[in-house]
Amino acid sequence: MSKYSLNINGKVRHLDVAPDTPLLWVLRDTLDLPGTKFSCGTGDCGACTVLLNGVPTRSCMTPVSTIGRKHVTTIEGLDPKSAHPLQQAWLELDVPQCGYCQGAQILTAAALLKENPHPTDDEIDGAMAGNLCRCATYLRIRAGVHRAAEIASKKKGRS
Amino acid sequence: MNARFDPERRDFLRKSTLASGGLVLGLYLNAASTAAEQIAKASAMPRSGKFKPNAFIAISPDGVVTLVSKQPEMGQGVKTSLPMVIAEELEVNWKDVVIEQGNLDPAYGDQSAGGSRSTPTNYDEFRRLGATARTMLVEAAALTWKVPAGDCYAAESAVHHRPTKRRLGYGQLVAKAATLAVPEAKSVVLKDPADFKLLGKRIGGVDNPAIVSGKPLFGIDVKLPGMLYAVYEKSPVFGGKVISANLDAVRAMPGVRDAFVIEGTDDLRGLLPGVAIVADSTWAAFKARKQLQVTWDEGKFSNQSWAGFVALAAGLAKKQGATTLRKDGDVAAALAGAAKTVEAAYSYPFISHASMEPQNCTAWFRDGALELWAPTQNPAAAQNLVANALGIPKEKITLHIMRSGGGFGRRLSADFVAEAAAIAKRLAAPVKLTWSREDDLRHDHFRAGGFHFLRGGVDAKGKLTAWHNHFVTFANPVARAGKTTLQLGSGASLSGDEFPGRWLANCLLEQTPIECGVPMGPWRAPGSNVFAWVFHSFIDELAHAADRDPLEFRLEILGDKDFMPGTGERGQPYDVSRMRNALKQVAEKAGWGRKSLPRGQGQGIAFHYSHRGYVAEVAEISVSKDGTLKVDRVVVCADVGAQIVNLSGAENQAQGSILDAMSTLMSQELNLDRGRMVQGSFGDYPILRMPDATTKVEIHFLKTDNPVTGLGEPIFPPAAPAICNAIFAAIGKRVRQLPLSRNDLRWT
Repeated sequence: MSKYSLNINGKVRHLDVAPDTPLLWVLRDTLDLPGTKFSCGTGDCGACTVLLNGVPTRSCMTPVSTIGRKHVTTIEGLDPKSAHPLQQAWLELDVPQCGYCQGAQILTAAALLKENPHPTDDEIDGAMAGNLCRCATYLRIRAGVHRAAEIASKKKGRS
Repeated sequence: MNARFDPERRDFLRKSTLASGGLVLGLYLNAASTAAEQIAKASAMPRSGKFKPNAFIAISPDGVVTLVSKQPEMGQGVKTSLPMVIAEELEVNWKDVVIEQGNLDPAYGDQSAGGSRSTPTNYDEFRRLGATARTMLVEAAALTWKVPAGDCYAAESAVHHRPTKRRLGYGQLVAKAATLAVPEAKSVVLKDPADFKLLGKRIGGVDNPAIVSGKPLFGIDVKLPGMLYAVYEKSPVFGGKVISANLDAVRAMPGVRDAFVIEGTDDLRGLLPGVAIVADSTWAAFKARKQLQVTWDEGKFSNQSWAGFVALAAGLAKKQGATTLRKDGDVAAALAGAAKTVEAAYSYPFISHASMEPQNCTAWFRDGALELWAPTQNPAAAQNLVANALGIPKEKITLHIMRSGGGFGRRLSADFVAEAAAIAKRLAAPVKLTWSREDDLRHDHFRAGGFHFLRGGVDAKGKLTAWHNHFVTFANPVARAGKTTLQLGSGASLSGDEFPGRWLANCLLEQTPIECGVPMGPWRAPGSNVFAWVFHSFIDELAHAADRDPLEFRLEILGDKDFMPGTGERGQPYDVSRMRNALKQVAEKAGWGRKSLPRGQGQGIAFHYSHRGYVAEVAEISVSKDGTLKVDRVVVCADVGAQIVNLSGAENQAQGSILDAMSTLMSQELNLDRGRMVQGSFGDYPILRMPDATTKVEIHFLKTDNPVTGLGEPIFPPAAPAICNAIFAAIGKRVRQLPLSRNDLRWT
């Protein structure tokens, strides 16, 4: 076991776990942040996606010992009021079916919109290709990203 | 009968104190029957009558309406749609409604979610539930105002007095309503569907806010104080048993609390033998498992392989079938006299459900009683299996129904619940069992593979005159009363009535099972998900052989009769007029045959009746020279009855069904080798990804005057044959073996 201080959703969290423990299990079992999901454990499906310094990262393949001072953002911490344009768009368009992969879909899309506020269909597809949705809600996910881009640009226009 | 105060009937209403100090109006209903019967029985029940009461509706003085969702939610949207049905009749504002997930309780009646049955089996009863409560609230207001109930009406969570425009909110009426007797179900007036305000609208899923903010919601998110974490290793060969394991070495691993063998049972779909590892964290358990070494008695299925099955099936096809499912006319003579005949062999592999949330369950065994938290589609079956496998009385097993991260039929089985229970029984703490992805793919209750050996003939006018199918399928050995018999896999048996059986003068349907150890279970639209592909592909072959338009050829087979009775006592009738309508409409809406398409592009058509839904689809596809397939558009015409409950959920199910069908069609297959499944990850078992989900899906719900039905399944079956028929139209390649990746076709 080793001691770590991680910056998670803007707060410093202290923990004592085996160095090879994937960030996924630290979040789920140790820190009670179960919004990050386990599905494959091999990086194939993207359900465990978190943002590391804003970059979508497979938490199931990321040992806790490698995180250091990087900022971890999970779906619980994407927006203090859970009112990120993507979260608003997801509610508006009723994107989820089972919903298991959707937190990770939203985080991946959030990173895309930060880099590219008005992505095309192809750019969305490219960015989201690593995130499986077994219910295949892809048509609504794509529409949701476009809608979130609209919401975000309106917000920006107002401010 | 008007609802009047009746002290003799107080038993049917229960007033309970809320945390806020308010009163709850509850309609408490009798057990083990439909909701409507429960209301009728409750009204007729003598004061001292014994029944186990339960609530579907509670209204608090602050006007909050709590509705119970009794069915498990797995993404099919039932936790939103069925409460909508109550809310519609209750005349309550949807924003005032809170939905609670009901746990397993006999008072709720059937709580399984499968077969697209939740809507059709509850729709009428749930309307009555809402209407009954609304009637009582109107009566309560009428008594308060001392006016005739007929001058009052309910709307927007309140009762209104028409002449004076007075208004009392539901919350204000709770105390009075709680003193009234429940009116007889028959006396309750349902709304005219033309006046529906909520049903048919787009309503977002009630759990969406929790989903998009990452709140604990799913079975795998359960965490209890002092909880331990378990994994469970089973024999890679189906039916294998543990001989020995290096338990001491595993127990010495960091964080491991215990490791032990569970003997299990011989039931291939029950509690399988295996080795449990219990640890302080999921990761500690996963890591310790890597060091686990088990010697298995692999049993009698260790030499089975898919390649072996293929050879076996080809041999069996030359013989007479083990069972004759249907024999009309003289197929041999009809084939001999046909102007043209076609012979073809179709096959499809075993596939997995592959839900995103792996199987898991949390269990806590205390004082002889077991508490379970399970993402299950069939909580009563889970309770039964656990009771039988572990000898715990059913009344000592409570089960919390957790949201499932995908179901598709997998969670109708309860093997994972029994495993968690068996592990918990050995511990003094709650324990969460988590399957790995490999466990989930390799120990599924699989969609059965199958082989169809088909012969068909058309006459000189191009009319279908003969149809012969020898279906070679799979069965598991099942021990019953000391005897072992073969039981066909779930979804692995053909009905003699399945289209085009019943429609042809000369039809022979035979079935032969291969004994195997591969456990099989219902997979979204069981049977239908492959039969529609086989039969509508072969019909297409025959249409082309006869040089006929595939639509016209199908309409001719369906014929002029509006109704086809089922065969035998258990036969299901088929409303041919509904299917003809769906087929003609889809052709019209898709512009069937109206476009001249270049080589490489094509349209295909198919239809299928399943789960009470009549569905026809047209697919438009393009295939490039290198075999890259793009499904450009799928047009769906679905007759699922008189009312779409939640338009948003319905469209989501329909779009998801089409894309799921594409996902399954392209590359999903599990290869059996030496008795074990080869694939074990999303790397070698690919699911459709976003860049390949560019299909335009057009859904048309055909509103007909027929009972309301479910939508989780019936849109799925026609998609694969429509796409494959379009591939033939585009490039002349007939797909007879799934998946498409075995036919030199791929996505981008």
